[in-house]
Amino acid sequence: MNRQWWKILCVILLVYTVILGLLGPVPALRQLQETIRNLYFHVCMWFAMMTLFTISVIQSIKYLRTLDLNRDIRAKEYASTGIVLGLLGYATGAIWASYTWADPNNPAYASFGSIVREPKLIGAAMALLIYFAYFVLRSSITDIDKKARVSAVYNIFAYAMLFPSIWIIPRLLPSLHPGREGNPALNFNDIDARMRVVFYPAVIGWTLLGVWITTLKIRLSLLKEKKWLNA
Amino acid sequence: MQTLSRIWTLFRKDWMLEMRQQYAFYGVLLYVASTIFVLYLAMGETNYETWNALFWVTQLFVCINAVAKSFLQESRGRMLYFFTISHPVEFVMAKILYNMLLMTIMNTVNLFLYLAFMGDPTSNLLQFIGISYLGGLGLSLVFTMLAAIASKAMQQASLMAILGFPIIIPQLLLLIRLSKVAFAETFREGVVSQVVLLLVSLDLGIVILSVILFPFLWKD
Repeated sequence: MNRQWWKILCVILLVYTVILGLLGPVPALRQLQETIRNLYFHVCMWFAMMTLFTISVIQSIKYLRTLDLNRDIRAKEYASTGIVLGLLGYATGAIWASYTWADPNNPAYASFGSIVREPKLIGAAMALLIYFAYFVLRSSITDIDKKARVSAVYNIFAYAMLFPSIWIIPRLLPSLHPGREGNPALNFNDIDARMRVVFYPAVIGWTLLGVWITTLKIRLSLLKEKKWLNA
Repeated sequence: MQTLSRIWTLFRKDWMLEMRQQYAFYGVLLYVASTIFVLYLAMGETNYETWNALFWVTQLFVCINAVAKSFLQESRGRMLYFFTISHPVEFVMAKILYNMLLMTIMNTVNLFLYLAFMGDPTSNLLQFIGISYLGGLGLSLVFTMLAAIASKAMQQASLMAILGFPIIIPQLLLLIRLSKVAFAETFREGVVSQVVLLLVSLDLGIVILSVILFPFLWKD
């Protein structure tokens, strides 16, 4: 029970997020109106994704220090849950964009084209591509130890290269997406006080959910591994 | 001191192999020449934005082709031999230096052919040459490490592209942006030196990472 408290916290925070996120007061901005509520879902997905990728890299570093295969399994599972959250971030973003960016007077493909060319989306796609490449690399090596070592090296190298890019590209290219000078919604003055009360718990809640899902997957693959080793 | 002399020996070994086989050099030369020739036949002289973009894309592919060979040409047996006579840091430093030299030469060839076939749209050629060398070195550093990673897996050549492209895009974008200085585009004051500094520090970071991470790839 002592070690499970964060799961209870996660459920409470997410229930709070969903209820207050859909019913709570939000400032009525002319362009955004009620779509601003998506902030509690869309932005949190990206926060949770980055947190999980960070944990994955930490596990990779730990693997290289100890050469303990458990660490490698953890690094892999955190990366795969991170990818899922990234895809969910895209999905929630697409819903948001269809209400705020898409112009009903233009044909659908014109709106689609302008959204596809959005630099922030390309930046996010690169982060996902890096982790897809990580899995391609893993599947192309058969030896378990070698796979763990090489993919840990790539994970660390790619992560180190990814971070400058996340900070550089948004500042380099013009974009419709909010947050030109940094990370949207993280800045204290960016969002309304009424929304901050929901937003920060939401970030923690979704991140905890990501970690929770990953711990289950880790347990599953550890079991599989054990079965495989004993067979 | 001994480390330096070992790095120098390993570097010279790569260089001498190249001089004898001349495999990478002529291969890439043919690659660049035919690419630029096709571009010239397809478009003739273009506006500077297209010129700039095409130049950097060619630069990227040249780099992949030139640098990929450096690790892929080493057979398992030879790697084992290097393992017994040198330290991984020395080995990777020698590879980095060699690839930097190779990329500098390729860069010169690429630049020369572009100027010859596609004309010179720059307003400050010296500045562009400087930026292209800075960029070429950065590309060669990243791909040296990626070649080391890819050489451990199957289907090495295609894996290089999969691993490398998402990582290199930001750096390439930064370079394309920066080289617009040489086409007389105005920037805010201080931005140019900031970007150059950023690229140099990124390159230094890559060298440090390679030195830290390569020993783990080495053990087999």
